[in-house]
Amino acid sequence: MEKLTVRICTGTLCYVMGGSELQLLGDYLPTSLADRVEIRGATCLDFCNQEGKGRAPFVLVGEELVTEATVTKVVETIRQQLGEPQL
Amino acid sequence: MAVTNNTMILRRDLLTRIIRLLREDALAENIDRIPYLMRPKGYGEVSRCCIYKDRAMLKYRAMGVLGFGIEDEEDEMTSLAEYTRRAFDRTEPAENPLSVITDACSACVKVNYVVTNMCRGCVARPCEVNCNKGAIHFVNGQANIDSTKCVNCGLCMKNCPFHAIIYIPVPCEESCPVGAISKDEQGKEHIDPEKCIYCGRCLSACPFGAVMEKSHLIEIFKAFRSERPVVALVAPAVAGQFKTSLENIMGAIRKLGFDDVIEVAKGADVTTTNEAVEFAEKVIEGGQAFMTTSCCPSYYRLAHRHMPEIAPFVSHTRSPMYYTAEIARKQYPEATIVFIGPCLAKRKEAYDDPNVDLMLSFEELGTMFVAMGVDAFTNETSMPLDGTIMASSRGYAATEGVMNAVAGQLPESYRGQIRPVVINGIDRTTIRELRGYAKNCPGNMVEVMACEGGCVNGCNVIANPKVATRQVKELATKQ
Repeated sequence: MEKLTVRICTGTLCYVMGGSELQLLGDYLPTSLADRVEIRGATCLDFCNQEGKGRAPFVLVGEELVTEATVTKVVETIRQQLGEPQL
Repeated sequence: MAVTNNTMILRRDLLTRIIRLLREDALAENIDRIPYLMRPKGYGEVSRCCIYKDRAMLKYRAMGVLGFGIEDEEDEMTSLAEYTRRAFDRTEPAENPLSVITDACSACVKVNYVVTNMCRGCVARPCEVNCNKGAIHFVNGQANIDSTKCVNCGLCMKNCPFHAIIYIPVPCEESCPVGAISKDEQGKEHIDPEKCIYCGRCLSACPFGAVMEKSHLIEIFKAFRSERPVVALVAPAVAGQFKTSLENIMGAIRKLGFDDVIEVAKGADVTTTNEAVEFAEKVIEGGQAFMTTSCCPSYYRLAHRHMPEIAPFVSHTRSPMYYTAEIARKQYPEATIVFIGPCLAKRKEAYDDPNVDLMLSFEELGTMFVAMGVDAFTNETSMPLDGTIMASSRGYAATEGVMNAVAGQLPESYRGQIRPVVINGIDRTTIRELRGYAKNCPGNMVEVMACEGGCVNGCNVIANPKVATRQVKELATKQ
């Protein structure tokens, strides 16, 4: 089955605005979701330079952009996309 | 201890804007507009009571970035542009790096005990009956604590059968391990510079961001534009601050405008060697009960100002910063030497050090990368590392790093005789433990780190300490 790709921006601006917390996403992903998700780092997704895209840190869950991303927000978005019930 | 919250985001946003203007040499003309750009008319969420207070607090923060404290304000109408000019004209940065923005301080709590609306107005009223100061009286069937009479003894809380009385901490006072921050008659907080050990906890703890550091950014930009070379000394904790190799980070720092970038791990080599020799002489051969490390300036200050019983056991070896600065000064006698580090205590040590001129925190470094468009993650500008530096020296940034380095440098015959103890984070509990060691220490070598986890958890870091620790430990164990 195709895995859902989660791309975490590791660009300088995202990191400075709290993005390093997202490096722990793998530790906090519940096991029911973990084997359906592939987590990758991405060098600067460049959303920071685009108008109206919201604030860093940025994470792409599949095609969906998560702004002011935190581990909790990203996990919720993953759940929604994989059709898991909300906790 | 740098936590992800709005005060941190505000601070970094402000820093980035100011640095962008500095780079364009347009600071004085545009700095007064920054509070308005950050809080424009119609801005939805205000951080404090209203948009005007937000802007006023941003002005004080900007003063901090310019290197001034609120105590330097004589005329409220003095513009940021004027402060900028003064900053460029001044010849020395401020001696005391900390300042409390008294107007941002919400003077949050008058007394620490509060009756919640869980109070049932019971018949027994043990709170009122047991209060020795007569500070509790009932209004409309609910208990009330008179803040002018209450002495914070806590008996009412212990006695209430509904747990309706709670203890409310004053976050900054609660976090300070030495009681250096306290209220004046108006309830505003002030820091006593004699007691303060510059651990930075109040800075991270204040939910209103009222505790502020005075930055050396203006001095650094002046140095970049002067004729003299500018040399950066970078603390080992930098290796965990960005998701890339140390070579890339060093190269990115050089790209900011430094003529050379030296790892403070080079001085750590000297600290390790000297400390191992000192330990062997004093403890193993000399019979001294134990020795403590001395490289954490916050601990050093704690021991020498607040703990006379521990002070004789602190090692006389100097910190990695001191030795690196000596080496850098010999190599570059004319240079402006800038220490880039993770915390407030190092900022204070840098001010007092005879060879270091200025200090840049990791937070300021990160915002400089963003504002000057330098990508910390590229291989193109990477700098090769100094091959003579011991890998263990790069491990100083995480707890147990110093211990491992020193133990590794002891002569073979002594290595089995070291009994390590680690104090991981200075707070009131660990201070009590330390005091106990003066009489009876469970080991013979004590490493003391003011921040839990070590320097990677300093008050000015930008990366999550767990993430940073992994990177630092990996480097420290490389062959």
